Amino acid sequence: MGRYITRRAGYCLLSLFLLSLTIFFFVRVTGDPAALLVEPGASAEDIAAIHHQFGLDRPLWVQYGLFMWTLFHGDLGQSFYYQTPVFDLYMSRLPNSLMLAAVAMIFSLIVGIPSGILASVRVGRFWDSAGKMFALLGLSLPSFWVGLVLILVFSVYLKWLPSSGAGTPLHLLMPAFALGWYFAAAHMRLTRSSMLDVLGSEYIKLARLKGLPEALVIAKHAFKNALIPVITLAGINLVIMVNVAVVVETVFAWPGIGRLLYEGITFRDFPVVQGVVLLGGAMIVLVNLLVDILYATIDPRIRLER
Amino acid sequence: MAGEPLLRLDKLSTHYIAGGGLRVVRAVDEVSLSVNAGETLGIVGESGSGKSTLALTIMRVLPMAAKIVGGHMWFEGEDLVQKTDAEMREIRGKRIAMVLQDPMASLNPLFSIGNQIAEPIRVHERVSRASAWERARGLLKAVRIPSPETRVKQFPHEMSGGMRQRIVGAIGMSCEPRLLIADEPTTSLDLTIQAQYLNLLRDLQREHGLALIFITHNLGIVAKMCDQLAVMYAGRLVEAGPVSRIFNAPEHPYTQALLNSIPRMGERDQRLTAIAGQPPDLSALPPGCAFAQRCPQAFHRCRSEAPPVLHPRPDHTLRCWLSVDAPAERPRVLAGAAAV
Repeated sequence: MGRYITRRAGYCLLSLFLLSLTIFFFVRVTGDPAALLVEPGASAEDIAAIHHQFGLDRPLWVQYGLFMWTLFHGDLGQSFYYQTPVFDLYMSRLPNSLMLAAVAMIFSLIVGIPSGILASVRVGRFWDSAGKMFALLGLSLPSFWVGLVLILVFSVYLKWLPSSGAGTPLHLLMPAFALGWYFAAAHMRLTRSSMLDVLGSEYIKLARLKGLPEALVIAKHAFKNALIPVITLAGINLVIMVNVAVVVETVFAWPGIGRLLYEGITFRDFPVVQGVVLLGGAMIVLVNLLVDILYATIDPRIRLER
Repeated sequence: MAGEPLLRLDKLSTHYIAGGGLRVVRAVDEVSLSVNAGETLGIVGESGSGKSTLALTIMRVLPMAAKIVGGHMWFEGEDLVQKTDAEMREIRGKRIAMVLQDPMASLNPLFSIGNQIAEPIRVHERVSRASAWERARGLLKAVRIPSPETRVKQFPHEMSGGMRQRIVGAIGMSCEPRLLIADEPTTSLDLTIQAQYLNLLRDLQREHGLALIFITHNLGIVAKMCDQLAVMYAGRLVEAGPVSRIFNAPEHPYTQALLNSIPRMGERDQRLTAIAGQPPDLSALPPGCAFAQRCPQAFHRCRSEAPPVLHPRPDHTLRCWLSVDAPAERPRVLAGAAAV
C-alpha cells in the first residue's frame, strides 16, 4: 500500500510540472497586460516602466525560472491589477467556491445515486424513462440558461429567492442547482449503467441462487460493486465543480474562484490566471490521488497490484 | 428405491420469448425426468441444448425473457412451479443449491470468503454471525482448503481457480441441501484439479446423502460420477435411464452418435466419428423429430411427426420412432434425399 501511494504521488508531481509550463506560456499568448493598465495614448516609456515593474522585459525562460523559484517558496506572485498576493485573493474566494461545490455535489449524489439504482432495477419502465428525461435535460441544457430561467422564475416572478450575491443559505440554492443538475445527470447515468453491468454478473446470479432476499442482493452485492466508478467520478467532479463554476458564478454574481479566473483573463492578470489554474490543477491531481487510495481501500484487488 | 422420487419433472417447458412474442425459443420442451434421494443424475447434451436453462428453471432464477410455460416440478411433494417468489427464496440455497459454471466469476470480489459462505446460513437459519462463521470454517475444512482459519478472512482474488471452485461448492453445501445442481462445475479446471473436485463432490454426497444433478458435456465425468443419465437434444429429452444401460446399449441415434464421438481405451485404430450438421434453430423447430436432419437412420415419419415419449423398460425413457415402427415398415430416407 505504501509503495502504491508513493508511485501515484510521483505521477502527480510530474503532471503539475507540465501544467505549470503549459499555463505559463499560454497565458503570455493572450496579449500585453500593460496595454490594459495604462491610459489610452500612454508613452512608450510608461509602458516600458510597467513591463520593467512586472518583470515582463526579461527573457521568457528567466521569467519562468523566477516564477518557479518563488513558487517553490510558496509564493504565487502579486496580482497586476489588485496589487495584492494572488494567494490571498485565492483564499478569500475559495470558501465560497467550496461551499457552492459541496452543496451542488450533495444535491447531485442525493438525486443521482438513488435514481440511478431505481432506473437499473426497473429497466425500460416508467422510472427509467423519467430518469432518462431528467438526465437528458441536465446534460444538454447550458448552465447559464438554466441559471437565467431560475432567476426569472424564482426571483423575478415568485420573488422567493435572491437573484445574486452571497450571504444566506437561500443565496446558494439556485447556483447549486444550476451547477449540480449536470453532475446529478452524470452520476445517475453512471450509477445506472454500472448497476446494470453488475446485475448481469455471475456473482449476482449466485447471490440469488443462495436464496438471498432481492433487497440484500441489490444493496449489498450489487451496490458496493457498482459504487466504485461512481466514487471515482464524484471525486473528480467535486474538483471540477470548484473550477468550472466560472459561468454559474458569473450569472449569479457568486464571489468564488470561477469569477476570479474570469477577471484574471479579462485583465490579462498573468499571476492570477497562473495561480488559479495551478491551484485548480493541484486540487484535481490531489483528488485523483485520494480517489486512487480510496479505491484501493474498497477494492482489495488493487492493494496488491505492483 | 420405492416411493416418490426427490425431484420429479413432469412435462416441464421453459421458453424464451423475444420481440413481443414474435420469436419463441423452446429452450426446455416438455422434459420429464426424476432424481431419487442420494442419487446422481447426469444431464448431457451439446451447447444450447437447454441443459443450463433446465437447471435455472428448477432454481426459478430465469432471465427476464424466459418463462415457465407448462408442466410441474415435484420436489418433496410440493410443486415448485406453483411457489411464490418468497416461498421459492426459502427453498433456494437451503433445500436445493446450485453451483455455477464459472468459479472465477461467481464469487463477489469485494467480500471475504467467510462472509460469502456464512451469508446463506445467516439468511436461512437466522443464526448469529459468530456461529455462521464457525460453520464457514468447518465447510472450508470439509472442502479440503488448508488453514481455514486464515483463508476464511481472505478475498476471492487471493485464491486459485481450484480453491475458488471448492469455495463455491462449500457455499452450495452450506445449508445442507437435499439436492445440489452442478452446472459444468469443472470446465475451467485442469484435469488433476478436476478429478480432485469430483472426488470431493462424491465424498460430500455420500456423507450427506444428497442428490446431485450433474450438467456436463463430458461423458467421462458421467461414467465416473452418475447413476442415471439423461440426454438432451434441442431442448428435449431424447433418452434417459441408468448410466450402465445407456453406455452399453444406447438406443437413440443421437446417444449412439454422442458415445461414438468419444475415444475409448483399447480401440486404438478406430476413427472417432463426429456428428455431421448443426443443431436446429430452437425458434423454428422442424415438425418432426428435432434430430431427424442429422440422424443417419431417419425415415419419413421422423420428419413429419414428433416421436412420442416411450418407456421400453420401467427405468428407461426414449423419444424415437425407430423403436415404435418395426424395421420392415421403415422406408429409409436415402443419404441423397436427406440433403434436400
